[in-house]
Amino acid sequence: MNTKRLEVFLPLIGVAGLVAIWSGATFLKLVDPVLLPSPASTFDAFWKGMDGRLGFDFAKTVYRTAMATVIAAVIAIPLGIVLGASERVYRSLEFVIDFFRSTPASAMFPLFLVLFGVGDETKISVAAFGAILVILFNVAYGVMNARKTRLLAAKVMGASRLRVLFDVMLLESLPQTFVGLRNGVSLALVIIVVAEMFIGSQDGLGHSVFEAQQLFDMPRMYAAIFAAGALGYGLNLLFLLIERRFVHWSGK
Amino acid sequence: MTVAQHALRPDPSGVPSTAPGVGFSKRPHVTIRGLSKRFDTAVIYDNFDLDIPRGELISVFGPNGCGKSTLINMIAGLIPVDAGEILFDGMRLDEIKFGYVFQNYREALFPWMRAFDNIAYPLKMMNVPAAERKARTEKLVAHLGVKIDLNLYPYKMSGGQQQLVSIMRALVVEPEILFLDEPFSALDYEMTLFMRDQLQKLFMESGTTMVLVSHDLEEAVYLADRVLLLSRHPARVADFKVVRSARPRTDATLSDADFVQTKAHCLDVFQREVRRA
Ligand SMILES: Nc1ncnc2c1ncn2[C@@H]1O[C@H](COP(=O)(O)OP(=O)(O)O)[C@@H](O)[C@H]1O
Ligand SMILES: [Mg+2]
Repeated sequence: MNTKRLEVFLPLIGVAGLVAIWSGATFLKLVDPVLLPSPASTFDAFWKGMDGRLGFDFAKTVYRTAMATVIAAVIAIPLGIVLGASERVYRSLEFVIDFFRSTPASAMFPLFLVLFGVGDETKISVAAFGAILVILFNVAYGVMNARKTRLLAAKVMGASRLRVLFDVMLLESLPQTFVGLRNGVSLALVIIVVAEMFIGSQDGLGHSVFEAQQLFDMPRMYAAIFAAGALGYGLNLLFLLIERRFVHWSGK
Repeated sequence: MTVAQHALRPDPSGVPSTAPGVGFSKRPHVTIRGLSKRFDTAVIYDNFDLDIPRGELISVFGPNGCGKSTLINMIAGLIPVDAGEILFDGMRLDEIKFGYVFQNYREALFPWMRAFDNIAYPLKMMNVPAAERKARTEKLVAHLGVKIDLNLYPYKMSGGQQQLVSIMRALVVEPEILFLDEPFSALDYEMTLFMRDQLQKLFMESGTTMVLVSHDLEEAVYLADRVLLLSRHPARVADFKVVRSARPRTDATLSDADFVQTKAHCLDVFQREVRRA
């Protein structure tokens, strides 16, 4: 019997267990059915919703999170390389970066509301702001921690400073850059969902969760929560797959 | 340089690199004069002079921390000198081609490039066109008779294969001089023995001047035309001992009377230097 092949299915045991406990709890009415609908009605709300309103909200959140992440990456990666390439420049800005990295991005909502109004720009820019600092920090560290020997090796082979930067430092920093991107996209999603709940939103998963709660439509609320979970998991997985494809030497 | 002109440099003077006579049979390749270097308060070199003969393999041996790496790193321009002059046939380092092989091959190779592209990389730094880079790299590989799959990424290779790739990367530019800092000390014993013979073969075929730092006396003597024995720092030349054994050296050489005697002599000098407080 090939047990190795069966091990692929191990993660399903946790899922099955969770659904079993959930079904048991609703079947035995251990929890108020209004607060905890059955798995069947929740999945029903999920499938029907993804075909309609929930699917639309899902797409909105994907769009905003993607925009925020792309903007953050475009700004933070080149900046991180420049900062990381000169340890002195980084040290002089380290406190500022660390300070804002530690500032909850949600505290910036009112400021960005004043700057950009209640539209998408505010949500996307606050999320991008949070993600920029996370990505910047990781890229700069990746560049700074480039292996000394590898830099020397490039130098003795006659590589100029610029070449060392592009041929060695940039590639050396890629594994750490992906750590930054994964953390950045997770943070962007958190900020977007919170923003969709509270600041004059008409759509998005955050809005969907909030609205369902207000209407006491519990299956729909759980369905929206699952959609948000699936999105977060999927984004993380996506970046892992991209990393494995393009940064094949990571961890080797 | 064109592809047609490419060939591993034969010994320019035509003198065989085996068994050099006492004293230099040729003009020195590297001349070091008045070299001084200190780290904080530790004086590693103080007004140090040395001539390295052309076309020979020089092993550098001495107590731990005496300044062996510091010496070849200064010659290869990896770290600055405090004072002194190092010339290669009267030329400065930036006027010559040289290669450097690091101990830590894992960190010296580029893991994002296939082995073949790693080897060709120095040619890219010399602005050699892509087609010629490929041709020259292939020629080197064929010349050395290396039988490893160079389409692999370095991290898929054994330690010995990776170090062989590093050495080929250093040789591809046809360097006038090759520096190796304990190139085999991260390899297991079996691989070390194999790599010693590979290096000897490369040396005999290319005739390139080589400066090898080793912490293993047997290896140092086995590979060398001369063993440079350094004292504790501030480093002096304790001896610059000629090794007469003919090449190619083999396992039999290790029990050869001449070899054994040379090694015993080097050990004597070394121990005298270590005991000196
Ligand atoms: N970058 C450095 N800063 C301070 N001290 C150093 C540095 N590099 C080497 N040293 C010291 O200089 C001495 C010689 O070092 P090294 O040349 O590496 O010795 P080895 O002969 O073992 O190769 C050692 O005592 C070492 O501690
Ligand atoms: Mg050393």
